[in-house]
Amino acid sequence: MGARVITITSGKGGVGKTTATANLAVSLATLNKKVVCVDADIGLRNLDVVMGLENRIVYDLVDVVEGRCKLRQAMVKDKRVPDLYLLPAAQTRDKTAVSPQDMVALTDQLREDYDLILIDSPAGIEWGFRNALAPADEVIVITNPEVSAVRDADRIIGLIEAEERRIPVSLMINRVKPEMVRRGDMLSVNDVMEILSIRLLGVVPEDQEILISSNKGTPLTLEDHKTPAGEAFLNIARRVTGENVPLISLDQKGGVLRRLARMFGSSDST
Amino acid sequence: MASFLERLIGRRDPSSAELARERLKLVLVTDRSDLSPDKLERMQGEIIQVIRKYLEIDETEVAIKLEQRDRKTYLVADVPLEQDRIYKPPPKTDEDEAKP
Ligand SMILES: Nc1ncnc2c1ncn2[C@@H]1O[C@H](COP(=O)(O)OP(=O)(O)O)[C@@H](O)[C@H]1O
Ligand SMILES: [Mg+2]
Repeated sequence: MGARVITITSGKGGVGKTTATANLAVSLATLNKKVVCVDADIGLRNLDVVMGLENRIVYDLVDVVEGRCKLRQAMVKDKRVPDLYLLPAAQTRDKTAVSPQDMVALTDQLREDYDLILIDSPAGIEWGFRNALAPADEVIVITNPEVSAVRDADRIIGLIEAEERRIPVSLMINRVKPEMVRRGDMLSVNDVMEILSIRLLGVVPEDQEILISSNKGTPLTLEDHKTPAGEAFLNIARRVTGENVPLISLDQKGGVLRRLARMFGSSDST
Repeated sequence: MASFLERLIGRRDPSSAELARERLKLVLVTDRSDLSPDKLERMQGEIIQVIRKYLEIDETEVAIKLEQRDRKTYLVADVPLEQDRIYKPPPKTDEDEAKP
């Protein structure tokens, strides 16, 4: 059946879905996977600017669905890596222009020729989320170590688990500030895991470089120099490909993991 | 370590992360079950009525709550029976007396 379709979602907006989609897509492409990322946030397109591909868009997802162009024509190739394409969202349309069935048909067309299809889901639990979920083989739920984001993640996980078909769900915790966790002013990775009890795919620290990279339209994982968030995204991408990359979180107060991490000379939380 | 000791003797205020964790746990119980604290209390009252038809219970000690284990929610009820009734030896009968 070809590609795996992975939907990246969260419930709450602004937790880092688009950032994660862009960075994972680039990482997976550098790991020699053939990747397409689909911006399912119709009307609020953003993946294009975060990836720095906004000037090359001719057609969009709604044009494909409504038959104004071929799927190939709407896909924007990212020339900085071997095999990465973006299927942009429509900016001037309403999310009801696309149905869950459209999304399934569209990804089925892509499955043959690619290894991974990443879908950047819009926030919320309504139409846009349903569109993004319909074709998913797997879901990555993103949250921040924050009461409202964790609560929304729980709701989303509940909705996914209520689906008739079983869809594996894993969690990515973004914007962790180890210093605040140590002070007792931020939920730790363990706290969040204890509450949500699903598989942890990875942890990404708060990193100012994220903003700089989105200013430039160059995902962190494209840069040669290593940054904490960039490395965390790369580790997550490697886990997505099935590689066994140990989870090391440094935000536990003097936890075993932290001591281990120190022993092995790791520098940050991933 | 100091903070652990402080907590042990209950001197330290909970950190904001601890507050976040406890508040989240509580709100998620309601979210997941769609049962408000108010409804839960009413249900508890009705459950007690039913049990009382069959058992003598210590109503002041009844605790019925929703608990999370992994991603499942359980309704957990602690219903202590009236102690006297459980441990009171059965009254001696003539038959007992008659036994060798
Ligand atoms: N790990 C991080 N460190 C710092 N800033 C981040 C991080 N992840 C995301 N952000 C910032 O948070 C904001 C929201 O991210 P975005 O990916 O657009 O979220 P979403 O797609 O979930 O709405 C952006 O300004 C982004 O730069
Ligand atoms: Mg987004």
